[in-house]
Amino acid sequence: MTTPGTNAVAAPRVTGRSDDTLPVLRVTDLKKYFPIRSTILKRTLAQVQAVDGVSFDVYAGETLGLVGESGCGKSTTGRAVLNLQPATSGSVVFEGRELVGLSRRQMRPLRRHIQLVFQDPYASLDPRMQVSRIIAEPLVIHKLASGTELRRRVAELMKLVGLNPEHQMRYPHEFSGGQRQRIGIARALALEPRLLVLDEPVSALDVSIQAGVINLLDDLRHRLGLSYVFIAHDLSVVRHISDRVAVMYLGKIVETAPTDELFKRPAHPYTQALLSAIPLPDPARERTRQRVLLEGDLPSPVNPPSGCRFRTRCFKFSGQLNDEQRQKCINEEPLADNRDIGHPTACHYAAVQTVL
Amino acid sequence: MTHAGQLPAEPVSVEFVSSAAREGAAGEVLLTVDDLNVWFGGRNGVHAVRGVSYEVRRGETLGIVGESGSGKSVTSMAVMGLLDKTARVTGSVQFKGSELLGLKDRGMSAVRGKKIAMIFQDPMTSLDPVYKIGQQIVETLRVHDKDISRKAARERAIDLLKIVGIPNPADRVDNYPHEFSGGMRQRVVIAIAMANNPDVIIADEPTTALDVTVQATVLEAIKAAQQETGAALVLITHDLGVIAGMAERVMVMYAGRAVEFGGVDDVFYRPRMPYTVGLLNSLPRLDVAEKERLTPILGTPPSLQNLPPGCPFGPRCPMHVAECNAAEPELRTVDGTMPHVAACIRAEELIGQDRYEAGQVFEATSADAGLAGELAAGALAADVSGASPDEPADEPPEPPVLGPPSGLGSPPVPHPPTDPTAPGHGAHE
Repeated sequence: MTTPGTNAVAAPRVTGRSDDTLPVLRVTDLKKYFPIRSTILKRTLAQVQAVDGVSFDVYAGETLGLVGESGCGKSTTGRAVLNLQPATSGSVVFEGRELVGLSRRQMRPLRRHIQLVFQDPYASLDPRMQVSRIIAEPLVIHKLASGTELRRRVAELMKLVGLNPEHQMRYPHEFSGGQRQRIGIARALALEPRLLVLDEPVSALDVSIQAGVINLLDDLRHRLGLSYVFIAHDLSVVRHISDRVAVMYLGKIVETAPTDELFKRPAHPYTQALLSAIPLPDPARERTRQRVLLEGDLPSPVNPPSGCRFRTRCFKFSGQLNDEQRQKCINEEPLADNRDIGHPTACHYAAVQTVL
Repeated sequence: MTHAGQLPAEPVSVEFVSSAAREGAAGEVLLTVDDLNVWFGGRNGVHAVRGVSYEVRRGETLGIVGESGSGKSVTSMAVMGLLDKTARVTGSVQFKGSELLGLKDRGMSAVRGKKIAMIFQDPMTSLDPVYKIGQQIVETLRVHDKDISRKAARERAIDLLKIVGIPNPADRVDNYPHEFSGGMRQRVVIAIAMANNPDVIIADEPTTALDVTVQATVLEAIKAAQQETGAALVLITHDLGVIAGMAERVMVMYAGRAVEFGGVDDVFYRPRMPYTVGLLNSLPRLDVAEKERLTPILGTPPSLQNLPPGCPFGPRCPMHVAECNAAEPELRTVDGTMPHVAACIRAEELIGQDRYEAGQVFEATSADAGLAGELAAGALAADVSGASPDEPADEPPEPPVLGPPSGLGSPPVPHPPTDPTAPGHGAHE
């Protein structure tokens, strides 16, 4: 098997600050390829380039929002960060320790510090386990508590996430969706992690319930000094909870900026299309809004377009650039560069355009 | 109208409970739903839709919004006659004045797909995977029009694909559903829905399974289909943003009933039912720079098998008073530029307030129902006894709260961070 992507240019670091504080998590040129093998010859026919050179930092107490549409690689990035799926190449440094290449056994003591909250609160809780056992399981596995101490911790955790500790003998089906997601959060917090990867934590919930869980996540971060990688497709939720946002398209980060900056001054055409597509619950504004509509479909990550991966759907490429400019999009991959915009944007012709 | 002969001789007399835009909108009334009720599982079963009434006019878009289990989908399934035989449906559904409820399957088939078309949520299941999409559109055309030739039907199919924005329709017409992406498949479904120039299109969560940029293009396709056919559109969704951009009038559903109904501006800017107020305020705002804490609606929707006394929203309502338990409030006229009704005995108290002012009755809490019930009661003492009165009826009473709820800066952090003085916390830009 060839080492994929060794000739690709590493994107410059996408970072939120210039001082010397070390990030909790530093991801550098992370790649995750899934081989497509022929069934007979066991030969690798092609690679799905799910994540192709992603770099970002997350600092203590910070929330990084990772947004993008289905198939852009945001969930795979989350899983590769946790080493649930070993990265193909690149580096994930958590509090100074390299995670890429660690075996499951080597990973185990570190799992305490990085936890994952799943999207579907119906599928991620074992229906045959009482809530007390679900929340206690990480503590039991890591041999951190037992007996009275374990019961006390479970009750504490339930209170922490806003659940009534007296319900600990109940089963998941006795809880509503929002309550189940709180159970998932309590389980993730049991080991006192420093980093939580939240993969679409509120997408399965009704809006009225969602608000409570978002408030809870906000509170927990402040009280416990947690860092979040918040993966979501709902941009209004991401804007609400994140300090910085990274926008992904087809396995690459195309734009990163502090949240307000990204929403006010998006410079990448994809970000602009994404923001302009958010339906606002405001009839008067909806009536007057101009939408940037994207043509076509997401290209296959098996065989992504050359140069800029977004060019096949880009309204600038199809409508605003001349042939010579287009050649650059076709031949040259745009790097995530500041380009006088003030924040990293992976577009040769990046220009700020307010769309919201 | 081919189906007219099969209709019952004596149409049920119609009384409008909420003939909202009757004066305001132009165009003929196409679909009238009156006092629609749906039960599942026998007389003691679930009363899923409880007296829903609306009408839609030609060219108009009516939005129906509600959370899971509010009965918004069942309502449209009942209108289309698609519910299982075990469901009991009462009330009246009239298309251009002729009754649809109680029609035999044959009579209904003449209306369904021709006069009233439907777009479902999931394009993966509403298209047949073993037929080319062209064949599926042609089938829809030929079922309702025996005279159309195969060739003409195929030409029409290509035209339809073009209208909904499928590139190279002449080639794509011979593709199978699996060769299309989700958004493209939904456009095919829209093309099928508009194939016979229907008078009414009912779209049930048409963009819920789609990404936001795809959603934008599919909504454009639905608008194009509506423009082309001049149909009335009933758009069912949980997404208030989609309603805001598409609908002229909105019906808000809760626990199987309409709880607020009015012009989209009235409902969105001047909601008069606390549930609508809560729903609008639970969304993160994109239009203001500073982030405010969100205000969830506490608790969960009631079980339809066991509704609370009086107002079904009562147990979750911050404006709840004892009188709310007396009887379920009727839809009453409130202020508005278009006819505007709300089912709340305290609706008048909200008059004069916009949605954010009205939203201040909701607590920006992070607690869950049980704990928050105590919060609302102001009983935050460490040892609270007695169950919260603000409990949804389907939940057993909440036992006393043992400690302060989370997230309000309460003193002992029961679960200390590894390093409470961790650097960088809150110091980012």
